[in-house]
Amino acid sequence: MAEALIYELSVPGRQGLRFPACDTPLADLPQDMLRQELPLPEVSEVDVVRHYTRLSRLNYAIDLGMYPLGSCTMKYNPKINEEVARFNGFAGAHPLQPIETVQGCLALMFTLQEWLKEIGGFAGVTLQPAAGAHGELTGVLMMRAYHQARGDLRRDKILIPDSAHGTNPATSAMTGLRVVEVKSDGRGNIDLEALKAQCDDTLAGIMLTNPNTLGLFEENVQTVVQMVHQAGGLVYGDGANLNALLGIVRPGDLGFDVMHINLHKTFSTPHGGGGPGSGPVGVSAALLDFLPAPLIAIVEPGTPDGDPPLYGFSTPAKSIGRVKSFNGQFGMVVRAFTYILMHGPEGLRAISEYAVLNANYLLSKIKGVYPLPYDRTCMHEFVVEGHLPGSDVHALDIAKRLMDYNFHPPTNYFPLIVREALMIEPTETESKASLDAFADALLKIAEEARSQPELLKSAPHNTPVGRVDEVKAAKELVLCCGIDVPRE
Amino acid sequence: MNTPTNLKYANNDEWINAEGVVGVSDYAQDQLSDVVYVEISVAVGDQVKKGDTIATIESVKAAADVYAPASGVVAAINEDLSNTPEIVNSDPYGAAWLIKIDVSDSAEVKALMDAAAYETYCSGRQH
Repeated sequence: MAEALIYELSVPGRQGLRFPACDTPLADLPQDMLRQELPLPEVSEVDVVRHYTRLSRLNYAIDLGMYPLGSCTMKYNPKINEEVARFNGFAGAHPLQPIETVQGCLALMFTLQEWLKEIGGFAGVTLQPAAGAHGELTGVLMMRAYHQARGDLRRDKILIPDSAHGTNPATSAMTGLRVVEVKSDGRGNIDLEALKAQCDDTLAGIMLTNPNTLGLFEENVQTVVQMVHQAGGLVYGDGANLNALLGIVRPGDLGFDVMHINLHKTFSTPHGGGGPGSGPVGVSAALLDFLPAPLIAIVEPGTPDGDPPLYGFSTPAKSIGRVKSFNGQFGMVVRAFTYILMHGPEGLRAISEYAVLNANYLLSKIKGVYPLPYDRTCMHEFVVEGHLPGSDVHALDIAKRLMDYNFHPPTNYFPLIVREALMIEPTETESKASLDAFADALLKIAEEARSQPELLKSAPHNTPVGRVDEVKAAKELVLCCGIDVPRE
Repeated sequence: MNTPTNLKYANNDEWINAEGVVGVSDYAQDQLSDVVYVEISVAVGDQVKKGDTIATIESVKAAADVYAPASGVVAAINEDLSNTPEIVNSDPYGAAWLIKIDVSDSAEVKALMDAAAYETYCSGRQH
């Protein structure tokens, strides 16, 4: 190991902090609820600082290099987001303050709701959901509530394309709906015949990602939406890939009834490392009454002579209720607001145009070397096969070897419909130079795969930890934290 | 790819033999890579319909459902697999059998692919 565990640094009796004498009366706690031992590592302040500083230097991050993790939109997060989120008025506000004292926070949230409505083509937006999958759950709960409110109780089936994010079937199952998979056709679109066979009066809706997880625009999206609507179902849009569409296509205009928007992907709030994420959900007019409560609203209009409106809360008529304490991840809302404000409408469109251009440029450089299962112009990401004619290396070996070239590996083995999938999303924030360097690394690795396959199979070589035993990790779930944790 | 000729094969890569023993194919285990977990979701005596989920196989790459290739009553299940899931990789047609079905309609089995048809089917989906 390149760095010991904090428990291994523990020295009996060492401490980094001394508590002051207790100046409040001791509470009388039941004896059987008290413990004598507290098995925490015994370390000094400098031990802790050096340990975590060393760990941080072993880490890889978007601030160090390209992070082409398909479907995750690991774009660079501008530092101004952090500066604004730390403004006292935002960082110091409490969600239970009287609304008159937090008008700035509420105005910001209201404005972001309005902007996301405009960007997505939706009638309403909730900022509550904590992240993408939570947004999905919120959206599908609204779809279910919609059918129930109409007394349409037979609708228990939801369609999920075989290229969907794994969260889609998980979300649907969690709401009690019956998940039915729909196949893709030879161009990577939904197979319309397979869809047609499922369009009956038990259809609650479909969860559709567009562009889909192959990075391809669903060419028949309007037909799909029409077929589902005609059967009485609703269309859920997984907004994970919205980074390809800003200012160009509005999902609401395509007929999507509900969609979550990952602020931590498209709108540059932190992604990974705990985020936290944020997954606002937009809805069409049909679902407006079902939005979670409370929404941010204007409760008293402004006056013609310049008095600002009073912002507060409102509750939709048939609301599914609250899905998150307080008002969601407010700090992320501030960052996304900042990002949108900094870019403006033309800037947002440019984000998507460059995201698509970068992906196609990168694809053009490696196409012909890495097999491309669906040979179409891609959107913001693309999927190639990580196996090479004349070599027996796997996608995993290629991904591991990329780490030796100082790149974060792309998503691999997803989507499941591509053999040995490598899913690459460069995002708009990479320059031509970094795209070229990444493509060169992939091409070099393809050569190595033929000339020195062992080099790939035993990769990575230049990282603090070499090839990990994934089978053992999956089968022996032992947390080695140096203390005896009672197991059930 | 190993495809015994005495078995019949279903679209989702299950095999079934003349006695109604069911498993997953060599192609399936190769696609899944290292199998780390097998959960059989039916019990002896259960009635299964062709297409019902009978097991879930999880590898380091993915989790895949296994479907009944024919209808019938579950006559036996392989209890060893939960402790030694890796035999799905090493012996997919032998020790890694999943369940045995008392098939209620032999026509369902007859309608499945033979080895040659299954190999053609697999080579047609090499992406």
